[in-house]
Amino acid sequence: MIGVVHWGGNIGSLLNALKRTGAPFSLTTKPSEIEKMKRLILPGVGNFGAVMESLKKQHLIEILLNRIREGVPYLGICVGMQILLEDSEESPGIKGLSLVKGRCRRFIAKKVPQVGFNSVRSKSSLIENGGFYYFINSYYCDVKEEVSVATANYEGDFCAALEKANIFGVQFHPEKSGETGLKFLRKWCDAL
Amino acid sequence: MLSKRIIPCLDIKDGRVVKGIRFNELRDAGDVVALAHRYYEEGADEIAMLDITATVENRRTVAALIKEAAKSVFVPILAGGGVRTLSDFEMLLEAGADKVSINTAAVREPKILSDAAKLFGSQSVVLACDTRRKADGGYTVLVEGGKTDTGLELFAWLKESIERGAGEILLTSWDLDGTQQGYDISLLKRVSERFPVPLIASGGAGTAEDIAAAFLEGKVDAALAASIFHFRKYTVKEVKQFLKNKGLEVRL
Repeated sequence: MIGVVHWGGNIGSLLNALKRTGAPFSLTTKPSEIEKMKRLILPGVGNFGAVMESLKKQHLIEILLNRIREGVPYLGICVGMQILLEDSEESPGIKGLSLVKGRCRRFIAKKVPQVGFNSVRSKSSLIENGGFYYFINSYYCDVKEEVSVATANYEGDFCAALEKANIFGVQFHPEKSGETGLKFLRKWCDAL
Repeated sequence: MLSKRIIPCLDIKDGRVVKGIRFNELRDAGDVVALAHRYYEEGADEIAMLDITATVENRRTVAALIKEAAKSVFVPILAGGGVRTLSDFEMLLEAGADKVSINTAAVREPKILSDAAKLFGSQSVVLACDTRRKADGGYTVLVEGGKTDTGLELFAWLKESIERGAGEILLTSWDLDGTQQGYDISLLKRVSERFPVPLIASGGAGTAEDIAAAFLEGKVDAALAASIFHFRKYTVKEVKQFLKNKGLEVRL
């Protein structure tokens, strides 16, 4: 069973997409449920600080860290990827899960947020090299270790996906990336 | 590279897609969920679903239709029309919309933009603005489906909206909407170069050339069109292929 960690925010689209992949999943908000899940997804529409605060309030940080350290496959989407890092310019003073070295930085570009389908250069078998994925973000992961497996360009290259052992993070929204995005979800759900 | 977005727009009344000229003379244009699905399959980058009656009853219908469409449409859905309160906003997001556009209510009470941005994030707050060219060459802001001229100056209003947290602008030229005479390119260019958020062109697309011009000359980030798709002048894919041949980055 894949546990979709419901920290708040709008997750209808992700649930619709998971339904389409056929993978068994359930929404979860309790440590006792997270304890039993075979995989975890942390969806992300929202603010770095708000997500960390919400996880803290629901007493989910410790259980998440424990499960990830145990090796349970984790997929972080958008801000669910960003909170893997140490902190973010979006929410100064708030610590992330710090499982990946680096900090989230605001794009320096003519228009922020980045909104739309961007082509991704990938060395991951889960992500189509040259495929288009949907991004909507003002901040990106500036990783400080060799974990980036895909990049895209928005007035400069940025990390579109990272992989570190059992941890996978995508800056794009697979649930909004058409059939290419569904394919990614299917592959991640089957991959391990 | 970030690709240019094509957004077919479904104007919804009584549970059906309709399309008019300058917001009047409405014609039936088809079934909402079927059209949304068709455009998704044709490669639309986003789908706009707008309640054009701005009644409480229709808003519920639109929310239900979005919920249904979202089961088989895996690209972002932009919802709007008649959004008055934060709970309208929330209802549409919960139904499956990814972004919500606000128009009249934002002009009447601009604080709703800041409140919505704080609650849902700027990325989900789209300022929809209908504008009309004045005799002196300036632009004024219209509300209530184009019926009321607020007297607000367009650029001042866009500046305020963005400062309050609107993450994107959907700009409709009232003079051209539904006419298929082409977008107001010079206006789009001025807005796109002035403001630091993505701009969606709307109102007037009649040909694939018009859409290409909005991107190449108008410098917009996305183009919204209704008539040309509903009445099958082009498929979304044909338009995107045309744009690609013009050297524009599109997702095909």
